[in-house]
Amino acid sequence: MDRGWRLFLRTIVARAYPRVVGQQRQRTWIFFETFLPFVAVSAYVFVYRALNAPADYIGFVVMGGAMTAFWLNIIWSMSAQMYWEKDNGNLALYIMAPNSLMAILLGMAIGGMFATSLRAAVILILGTWVFQVPFVVSSPAQLFAVFLLTMTALYGMGMLFASLFLLFGRDVWQMNTMLQEPVYFLSGFYFPVKSFGFAVALAASIVPMTLGMDAMRQLTFSSGPSIGFLRVRVEIAVLAVLSIVFITAAKYWLDRMERLAIQEGTLTDRRR
Amino acid sequence: MLRAFQRTFFPAAWLGWQVESNWTDPLIFFVFSALKPIASVMILVFMFNAVSRSGTDPALYAYIYLGNALYIYVGAIMAGTSYSILDDRERYRALKYLYIAPISIPVYLLGRAMARFMTGTLAVGITIAAGIVFFKVPIHPMRANWPMFFAALALGVLCLAAMGIILGSITLTLRSEPWFLGESVASALYLFSGAIFPITLLPATLQPIGFLMPMTYWLELMRRALLGSGSASFPTLAAYSNASLFGILAALTLGFGLLAFILHRLFDRIARDKGMIDAQSNF
Repeated sequence: MDRGWRLFLRTIVARAYPRVVGQQRQRTWIFFETFLPFVAVSAYVFVYRALNAPADYIGFVVMGGAMTAFWLNIIWSMSAQMYWEKDNGNLALYIMAPNSLMAILLGMAIGGMFATSLRAAVILILGTWVFQVPFVVSSPAQLFAVFLLTMTALYGMGMLFASLFLLFGRDVWQMNTMLQEPVYFLSGFYFPVKSFGFAVALAASIVPMTLGMDAMRQLTFSSGPSIGFLRVRVEIAVLAVLSIVFITAAKYWLDRMERLAIQEGTLTDRRR
Repeated sequence: MLRAFQRTFFPAAWLGWQVESNWTDPLIFFVFSALKPIASVMILVFMFNAVSRSGTDPALYAYIYLGNALYIYVGAIMAGTSYSILDDRERYRALKYLYIAPISIPVYLLGRAMARFMTGTLAVGITIAAGIVFFKVPIHPMRANWPMFFAALALGVLCLAAMGIILGSITLTLRSEPWFLGESVASALYLFSGAIFPITLLPATLQPIGFLMPMTYWLELMRRALLGSGSASFPTLAAYSNASLFGILAALTLGFGLLAFILHRLFDRIARDKGMIDAQSNF
């Protein structure tokens, strides 16, 4: 039997597999998870058009619409995943199995990130093509670094939430709903976060998407630097710190939840 | 018949209210009810403020704000009815018991829609009140046409409930991704009904879809009732009198009501044949 790192890596691959392969078998996502966000994006684009906004603002909306795919994946398929597993009766099996829960969450994150990237790419390409978005990429290397760090911090946050959400009962639905529009608003999915002023924008930066999108806007639009909240280098550094903090916190809480499950024997009870 | 209606409708509305509200204490429920709609409307307020120096029309601000606030009803009643089928079938696994109880399922769905209407009213009320107090939306409660407002609201809610029963009935027969149906239709209506922008901005080929949607006329009536003469600056339906708008909305409501009756019978039979009443998709 595999042990140690070998088991850890195989668990990651095993948990990522259904997220990647599942979407090949169930292709309805192409309609539901690309067309629907695109419709929402279109509505916001028409609002900016009604307001005679500069063309870059249409681009902000398209980019924000693509990034919603990641945030929805975080709250519904990462944060609430352990709760779904509890509801289906699988969580007890996860805890009994000899593999690490951290590896399971990492597998979920990597598989989810890959699958969601495809969705986000489709929304971005479709939006760019339909609304003729004028992208001007100033530094591809920095853009890649920002995206990678945003994803790492974001999925680290998702892993932390996954363990914390085990404490919820049926209110998990309401919690997820509460994390949707308010985060779209506070993270500035459809407008520059600088509009909030320094203090609110700083507080909103606890969600990695806030600084990630602000940096990406600065790096991909000609008007980007003028509407940026912080300098891109500073935002990259903060995102790196957030990545470490969230992944460490996820590990701590996951271990704690696992201990609770073993001691109390009630954590996996679906009636809770 | 009336007693049979009462036996189903009121317990369903009560059950729906409990499901929506008793997961927490009243204070948190109130915060939850306010947070989502306020955040949703704040996105539009900040979008407006971000570009408001580019020569924008302040009347458009009221148009956008009110459209977004009132659209909460569409998500709550229409999409919510579809979700209530999923809640009962998949989450609480109670739909099979409802089917063998001596009740009418469409009336049960109407009752659940009523509960969603109540929670939706809370959210709409908070959003509009916040608009008047904090966001300078030009609504003057003393000058609003309240009889017209409540008449349009009642007709619109009836129409949304009929659409909800149609979606709920279709949801009964879906095995994969059933929770997306209500959301899809609500999203499509958000775009095509001119909820947050005049539908004349849509490409000419898509505009007829907007004119077929009851929500287009409903939102116009609600805006006219609340904004009074201020709503005249929106040209899309300016040529229509209030009576014409009521006439069109009433005809569409009747049409959707009939369609709900026919489609419920059809999809109900399909669901029974396919064994979908107690199906588990593990969504």
